[in-house]
Amino acid sequence: MRFIDEFRNSAAGRGLALRIQEKKVRPTNLMEVCGTHTVAIFKHGIRQILPEKINLLSGPGCPVCVTPNADIDKAIALAKNAQVILTTFGDMMKVPGSYSSLSQVKAVGADIRVVYSILDALKIAENNSRKSVVFLGVGFETTSPTTASAILEAERLGIDNFFFLSVHKLIPPAMRALLDSDEVHIDGFICPGHVSTIIGSQPYEFIPREYGIPCVIAGFEPLDILQAIDMLLEQISAEEPRVDIQYRRAVRKEGNPIALKYLSTVFDVTDARWRGIGIIPKSGLKLGQRYERVDADCAFKIVTRPPKEAAGCCCGDILRGVSTPHECGLFAKACTPEHPVGPCMVSTEGTCSVWYLYEEEGEALSQTGEPQANNKPVTLKE
Amino acid sequence: MCLAVPVRVLQIDSLEALVEVGGLARQASIMLVPDVQVGDYVLLHAGFAIQKLDEKEAEETIRLFEEIAEGMGD
Ligand code: SF4
Repeated sequence: MRFIDEFRNSAAGRGLALRIQEKKVRPTNLMEVCGTHTVAIFKHGIRQILPEKINLLSGPGCPVCVTPNADIDKAIALAKNAQVILTTFGDMMKVPGSYSSLSQVKAVGADIRVVYSILDALKIAENNSRKSVVFLGVGFETTSPTTASAILEAERLGIDNFFFLSVHKLIPPAMRALLDSDEVHIDGFICPGHVSTIIGSQPYEFIPREYGIPCVIAGFEPLDILQAIDMLLEQISAEEPRVDIQYRRAVRKEGNPIALKYLSTVFDVTDARWRGIGIIPKSGLKLGQRYERVDADCAFKIVTRPPKEAAGCCCGDILRGVSTPHECGLFAKACTPEHPVGPCMVSTEGTCSVWYLYEEEGEALSQTGEPQANNKPVTLKE
Repeated sequence: MCLAVPVRVLQIDSLEALVEVGGLARQASIMLVPDVQVGDYVLLHAGFAIQKLDEKEAEETIRLFEEIAEGMGD
């Protein structure tokens, strides 16, 4: 397929891997912030072809995973309201809240519908004018502009039974929070490519400037990721930290100005709670004053019991890059994708589920500290 | 959840487009990239085209990868 196959050429992959292996580097921790990168890295076997000294850490970039139980409980409470049709993306359904999950309450009669796009939710609202249709909006800057667009569309079309529960979050403030916590040593960031199609490169500038840490905005094909790692190592060895764009075909410095305009029209930036991290200043989106009437938080009285966490689940540590799934006593035992205990095992992009799925192929070895042979033959997986 | 796939724009009707995804035509909103034209490639995410792909930049990256591949002697 155009724009995909060209970025999977295995000879070029070997060439890039060789360049990386030939670089004299000290032990280096690179964090891939975005869950979609985590999946691509495992799927294409990228960990296996990196030298032992280069350690990839998974960050907090799985939106489902960072949604705290209190927010999931709220969505569940809303779904139980007989007047409400709750709509959301499939990934949210199995995420355990404090007391149940959306799929459990759906099984006992709540009207919850999985949609591929918020536009499908808008159609459901159009076709069910006597019900209130609430969209549970989860996602980072890649997704929030689609929410903003749909809210503007609903206004234009005069659809007044469409409401919105926002758990949208922003990536750069979470990166700052990780750096400020000092819990994990990060030498470079592989920045999320699709978030950056919207926000551009400027919002990461504080990272090299204030923390001296290199950033490369990367695409999602194997050659993109290898090239981004090579570019990070270049920056590290030259001691010239900056924000580079590897994913040039999709990311412009200024991002997508129309999407940014819609975001600022519809949303205000607010403090938000992240699972495992806590409240991060200015890291969430809530509806601005003009759109408060479609804010499910204001339109409905939502009553929930105090949230609680699943005993033994260390998703929070994993989201901060402090622990790996193997350090969780439940991993692959009590907690599997069929019977997930925490959200990191539910979402297809959750670190635990990715490790579980690709583990048998041995791709997770580099993070468990097992010795890895250097300069072994390099093959990229299709 | 930040998955977005490159698709080709087949038809445009105001802010709605038909795009080609794996050989099939699918509806997409182009509210976020209103300037795209038929034949352009865009990134599709959750029913929306979120950014236009820059063919020239893509070709430059591909050329670099080809050079690296040639250096590997196959
Ligand atoms: S393996 Fe399961 S219980 Fe353990 S941290 Fe991951 S999601 Fe939580």
